[in-house]
Amino acid sequence: MTTTTPPVTAQEQRAPGRRRRARPSEGAREERRLGWLLCAPAVIVMLAVTAYPIGYAIYLSLQRYILSAPQLQKFVGFSNYAAVLSSPFWWHALWVTVVIVIVSVAIELVLGMLLALLMYRTIFGRGTVRTTVLIPYGIVTIVAAFSWQYAWTPNTGYLSALFNNSAPLTKTGTAVAIIILAEVWKTTAFMALLLMAGLSLVPEDLLKAARVDGATAWQRFWRITVPLMKPAILVALLFRTLDAFRIFDNIFILTGGSNGTYSVSILNYDNLFTGFNFGIGSAMSILILIAVAIIATIFIKGFGTAAPGSDLSR
Amino acid sequence: MAVSTPQQRVGWGFANLVAIALALIPVLWIVSLSFKTATAITDPSFFPSQWTWANYSGILTTSTFIRPLINSIGIGLIATLIAVVFASMAAYAVARLRFPGKALLIGLSLLIAMFPAIALATPLFNIERILGLFDTWPGLIIPYVATGLPLGIYTLSAFFREIPWELEKAARVDGATPFQAFVRVIAPLAAPGMVTTAILVFLYCWNDFLFAITLTSTTKARTAPAAMGFFTGNSQFQAPTGSISAAAVVITIPIIIFVLFFQRRIVAGLTSGAVKG
Repeated sequence: MTTTTPPVTAQEQRAPGRRRRARPSEGAREERRLGWLLCAPAVIVMLAVTAYPIGYAIYLSLQRYILSAPQLQKFVGFSNYAAVLSSPFWWHALWVTVVIVIVSVAIELVLGMLLALLMYRTIFGRGTVRTTVLIPYGIVTIVAAFSWQYAWTPNTGYLSALFNNSAPLTKTGTAVAIIILAEVWKTTAFMALLLMAGLSLVPEDLLKAARVDGATAWQRFWRITVPLMKPAILVALLFRTLDAFRIFDNIFILTGGSNGTYSVSILNYDNLFTGFNFGIGSAMSILILIAVAIIATIFIKGFGTAAPGSDLSR
Repeated sequence: MAVSTPQQRVGWGFANLVAIALALIPVLWIVSLSFKTATAITDPSFFPSQWTWANYSGILTTSTFIRPLINSIGIGLIATLIAVVFASMAAYAVARLRFPGKALLIGLSLLIAMFPAIALATPLFNIERILGLFDTWPGLIIPYVATGLPLGIYTLSAFFREIPWELEKAARVDGATPFQAFVRVIAPLAAPGMVTTAILVFLYCWNDFLFAITLTSTTKARTAPAAMGFFTGNSQFQAPTGSISAAAVVITIPIIIFVLFFQRRIVAGLTSGAVKG
């Protein structure tokens, strides 16, 4: 246990605005060590599985490396990136992905809000509604995808009659619409749950006071509830946008990416695991990563979304 | 509770029904498909005109499905166990102790949660090939733990922050040993959060498709969703619709059970305890 305070060094004198930090006590140091020790396993696993592979992916993306001809591997600099960025397939995949993201997230926001209101305020059967609505969330994504695929298959599906049995999954426009439907069905519940958390933060008294003052339900919603829910809405949007950008399972099962319905992840998968082209595949992966980072930055910096957990001030 | 008028009850009741129907129709459809005979498959009615259990007996007796099912259960359980243990340790530290780098840990978790899985699957495929982990249980467990940890840490630190830690000191003042204080006072308070986290992580592992198809190739380690994606059916002339539907129902049953029994926990976990009841 230290009983003398350390002398003021020249370094500390130079910056009068800074707090003078006394050396941490024995107890505080113990706490720090314990804290780091407890976090160590989690951090080690996370870094080992992400940092190293990403570094490796960057390395691979600078090589020409096709698994079927490993002896031809050589360093090619950025030519993989040039090849991807100048390929019409990449831009088409990006276009499809962006369309899916924007449309599905927009629909999910509206439906999710309605569902959140229902789950939160319904007068009876709250447990039943919440349980059944969670089933789409819990169901394995490809199970739902198969369900939709068979529903739209001519002569097999109950929904395909709506399109005169014209096999909507084989035409780009309708196929993308069906993919969006599958995405929306699966994840609206998740969006609704995030929004419901935001709903619960709106003080009941404020709404009652507004009702006493004569505000209609519509006005109460738009002028009180929504503005107070803005942080929750932005967080929900952030998560869902990033998730939607990475869409893979639904497209894989519904169309396999054929007929121009491939997203960036599907294109990447094809190049990598069907074409075994590690160089191009890795370059695509890094580009997708950069795109995701850009989206996240736009949300956090541009919309002022508070990253969840950033309020952990202790 | 305010008294509700009959019109209100009808209105909300109707809205409830719509939500429930929309949520359940695709599930009912796949169940109905799984009971259809091969000839009834081409008949687009919602309910089977001819019922059969043949699809189920078909897939439950073939190793191309039983083995992947076992893989899913085993890998899911092990990955969940490891992830929850590591996440509990980290979340306890975050909620309870003071140390620099806390924000970094949260930031790292968020970063990983936002990663496109394909960006990881790409190098992991090669790394696992080289390390001999490809198509093995650890080969899937490790990525699942790593990508499930952010979910676990985030959920658990939200739960742990709600625990009044002073109770432990109070118990000590009342004469309990540190161990007794932890087991009798803190553990029961932490248990619900850990159960919820375990459920969420297990659902994540059970649900995963991308890692399962990229990091495995045979039934040695292939999980059920991945196996379903490559199902070919009983013969090469028969579309595997019935088999896939039966398989789909089999892997959905545990989910339904989980959701039925743990709905409150799951809702609480996903909303980080912010919603009451």
